[in-house]
Amino acid sequence: MRLEPVADPGWTRTLGLPALALGGTVAIAMALALIAGSNPLAVLGLILKGAVGSKFALLETLNRATPLIFTGLAVAVAFRAKLWNIGAEAQLYMGALLAVVLGTGAVALPSVLLIPVLMAAAITGGALMLLGPAFLKTRLGVDEVVTTLLLNFVMILVVSMLLEGPMKDPMGMGWPKSERLVPDARLPRIVTGLRLHWGFGLALICAVLVWVMQTRTTLGYEIRAVGLNRRAAAFAGIPVTVVVIKTALISGGLAGLAGFSEVAGLKGSLTLDLSPGFGYTGIIVAMLALLNPLGVIVSALFVAGIFVGADSMSRAAGVPTYIADILLASALLLMVLAIMLTRFRVVRG
Amino acid sequence: MPEATGARAVLRLRNITKRFGPLTANDAITFDLHEGEVIALLGENGAGKTTLMNILFGHYTADEGEIEVFGEPLPPGNPRAALEAGVGMVHQHFTLADNLSVLDNIVLGTVPLWRLRSGRGAARARIDQLSRDFGLSVHPDAKAGALSVGERQRVEILKALYRDARILILDEPTAVLTPQETDDLFATLRKAVALGLSVIFISHKMHEVLAISSRVLVLRHGSLIGEVVTAETDRHQLAHMMVGSEIVAPEVGGAAPGEVLLRLRDVSTLPVGNAVGLRSLSLDLRAGQITGLAGVSGNGQAALADLIAGEAMPETGDLEIAGAGIDTWSPRAALDARIGRIPEDRHRTGTISDFTLSENSVLEAYEKEPFSKRGWFDWAAVDKHTRAIIARYDVRCPGPDARIRLLSGGNMQKLILGRALEADPTIILAVQPVRGLDIGAVTYVQSRLIEARDAGAAVLLISEDLDEILTLADVIHVISEGRLSPAFTRGTKTPAELGVWMAGQGFEEAAGHAA
Repeated sequence: MRLEPVADPGWTRTLGLPALALGGTVAIAMALALIAGSNPLAVLGLILKGAVGSKFALLETLNRATPLIFTGLAVAVAFRAKLWNIGAEAQLYMGALLAVVLGTGAVALPSVLLIPVLMAAAITGGALMLLGPAFLKTRLGVDEVVTTLLLNFVMILVVSMLLEGPMKDPMGMGWPKSERLVPDARLPRIVTGLRLHWGFGLALICAVLVWVMQTRTTLGYEIRAVGLNRRAAAFAGIPVTVVVIKTALISGGLAGLAGFSEVAGLKGSLTLDLSPGFGYTGIIVAMLALLNPLGVIVSALFVAGIFVGADSMSRAAGVPTYIADILLASALLLMVLAIMLTRFRVVRG
Repeated sequence: MPEATGARAVLRLRNITKRFGPLTANDAITFDLHEGEVIALLGENGAGKTTLMNILFGHYTADEGEIEVFGEPLPPGNPRAALEAGVGMVHQHFTLADNLSVLDNIVLGTVPLWRLRSGRGAARARIDQLSRDFGLSVHPDAKAGALSVGERQRVEILKALYRDARILILDEPTAVLTPQETDDLFATLRKAVALGLSVIFISHKMHEVLAISSRVLVLRHGSLIGEVVTAETDRHQLAHMMVGSEIVAPEVGGAAPGEVLLRLRDVSTLPVGNAVGLRSLSLDLRAGQITGLAGVSGNGQAALADLIAGEAMPETGDLEIAGAGIDTWSPRAALDARIGRIPEDRHRTGTISDFTLSENSVLEAYEKEPFSKRGWFDWAAVDKHTRAIIARYDVRCPGPDARIRLLSGGNMQKLILGRALEADPTIILAVQPVRGLDIGAVTYVQSRLIEARDAGAAVLLISEDLDEILTLADVIHVISEGRLSPAFTRGTKTPAELGVWMAGQGFEEAAGHAA
C-alpha cells in the first residue's frame, strides 16, 4: 500500500471525509458508553443536553470556549509559520500573572482605562514568554517544541511559588490564591445576570482580526510563506527571522490574553487551577480548525461542548468524564487522518 | 522491423502499459534488447522513460504487459527479481555511501553485513579484474565521498558488473560528466558490448545517442513513436520524432556588449558544507551580453549564484553593481539593484508549491506598491499582474488562483521567468533555466533570455549542459573548484577544449605559463 496525491480533491472529498471523521468519533463514544454499562444513545443525548440543552448549559459552554478560542488562535498563528508553540499554557499563566500584579490595586484607573492596560500587560507577558524560545530557535537552532513545552512546567512552579509566597492572599484562609482583582479591573458580563463575560466577545474579535491579518496583510502573507517554504521565502527576500519573531509575539500575546480573560472575566484571582490545560487543548482546537482562525471559533465551541456536556452527563449517568478526553483524542486523530486522505488516496501495490 | 539479426533477445518487453489516474505514462510499449548491443531510449522529460525502467525494476507494477529476461518471465513488483535475473541499473542520482570505501560500496548488499569483512581478498581480485576488463579505473580503497562525479559513476557501473549484470541500464548517465569523461564512459560501454553485455542508454541528448547506440527507440507522451537504426538516421529525424513537430532553435544574433553592470573582483567565499566556495574569482557581466558559466556540477556554481542572488556575501574581495560598491547585500538588496533571478530549483527555491500563481507572482515584490500599501494587500492588483504574466509568458494554467504545484515544470518556469522579467531587470541570473523542460519550453525560455539581452540586460547563464552554453553564450567562462577560467569569446573554443578546463587542467597549465 502506498499514497498517491490527489490532484484536485472535489467537494465530496474535502467535506465528506471530515464528516465521516466526526461520525467515527460519535461511534467511538457510543461504544465506550456501552462498555461502561450505559445506553449509548442516552449517554450521547446527555452530553448534548449538558452542552447546549439549556440556557445555563449553553452559557457554560461559551464560557469554557472563551480561553480555548484564545489559545487555539495562539497555536493556529504559530503553526502557520511552522513555529511549534506548545507553550500556550505558560503564556496563559504569564498573562494572568501580570494582570493580577497590576490589577489588584497597584494601578488605580477607571475601568475604561484599567482594562486596556491590563490587556496590554497580559499580551506583553505572553509575548515575552514565547520570545525567548523564538530567539533560541532563530539564533541557535534550538528546537522550540522542547523549550516551550518545558517552560510550561517552569511557569507552573513559578506561579505556585508566588501563590505560596509574596502573592498569597492574606484573606485567603491559607489557600494558595492571589488577592482578587479590583472591581474596575473585572470584565463586565455581556448580559446582566447571565454568567457570560466580555472575554468571549474579545475572543471573537481576536479571531476576526487574526483572520484579516492572515488574508489581507503582508505580514499574514509572510507568515504563510515562511511556514510553507522557508527556503523559497528567504530566497524571495522575506526576512524569515523577523517574521518568526513577529509570529511569536502575536501567538504569545493571544495566549496571554486567555489568561487575562479567565482572571478578569471568570475567576477574579489567580489560582493554580486557573487553566485545566487550556494551552494544550488549544493545540487540538487549532488542528481541528485546520489552523483557520474563524474555524478556531467553531472547533473551540465543539471542544468546550464536549467537556461541559461530559461533565454533566457523568453526574447524571455515572459514566466517567474521561470519555470527553477519549472523544477529543479520537476526534483529533480521525480528523488528521481525514485531512490526509483528502490530499492523498491509498493505492494498492 | 529493423534490427540486428541472429543475436539472441536478452530482454523482451511486451505491451507494457502503466496509467497514473488519467495519465498514461506507458502505452503498450514493446521492444527487444539483443545480446551485445546498445539501444538508446530517447525522449523528452516526462515521455515515460523513467516509468518504464521503474516497471522493469519492480518499483512499479505494470497495469498490462509482461517482461522476459533471458527467456524467463520476470515476476512483477519485485525489485530483487530484476537484479537476480542479471539486470543492473546505474541511476541518475548515485546511491553510494560516502563514508565507505569503493570496495565496501561495491560489495555492500551482496553478502550479509556480518560477513562484510571476510572474503575481501577475493572481492578485491574480482573488482581489479572487472576494472581492467571494462576500463573502469578507480582505487578500491578510496572513500566514496572523496571521488569525483565521473569516478562515482564508474563505481556504480562496477557495482552492477560485480553483481553479474548482463544487462546494463544507464539513466541519463552523461548529465554530470565532462565531454572527456563522456568519451571514457562510451569506451567502457563499447568494451561491455564486445564482451557480450547489452546496454540500454536513456538520454535526451541526440548527439550522444547517435554516438553510442546501434538502435534508437523514441518515446513521446508514453508511447513508443518509432524505432530506427542509428546508422540510418540523423539528429533532425530524431528531434522530429521526439517532439512530434519541427523544432525551431532560438535565433542568436550578434551581441552588442555595453558597459560592465556587475563586477566581481578577487571574490572568495567559504565552502558551505560539501559545496565548494569561490577562490579569488573575478568576473564582469556586461550589458547586452550573455555570459555563460560552464562547469561540472558542484564546482562553485552554487556559491556564485548565491552571491549574485543576494544570499551570500563575499568573504573577501569586492562586488560592484553598475560601478558602485555595495553596503548591504541580501536578496532584497539584489532585487533593488534590479537583478532578476531564475533559481536552480524551481520547486523548492523558486516557488512555494502550496501558494497560488498569484501569490507566487508577487513573492519578490509583495511589499511594494501597487501590490500592497502600508502593509495591506491589494489582491485585485496582484490578480491583474498575474493575469498579465500568464498572458505574456504563455503560462498554461487553470487560472491565477490555482496552486502552482499543479503546473508542469515548463509552465512553472515561465511564471518565474515572467516574475523576474516583468520587474525589468538590468542583470539576469539564470541558473539551469531549462533543465527538465520539454523542448518547446526550452526554446521559449531561451528566446526570452536572448530578447532580454538584446534589450540591454546583462545575463549570466549558469548551466551544466555545455551545448546550452555553446548555443547561447556570447562569452564563456569555465568554473572548476571555485576558480574561473579566462573569458572565451563565442566560437573560439571547442567542447573538448572547454572540457580540459572543466576537468581543471587548464588552470594548472595557465599557472605554469605564468610561472
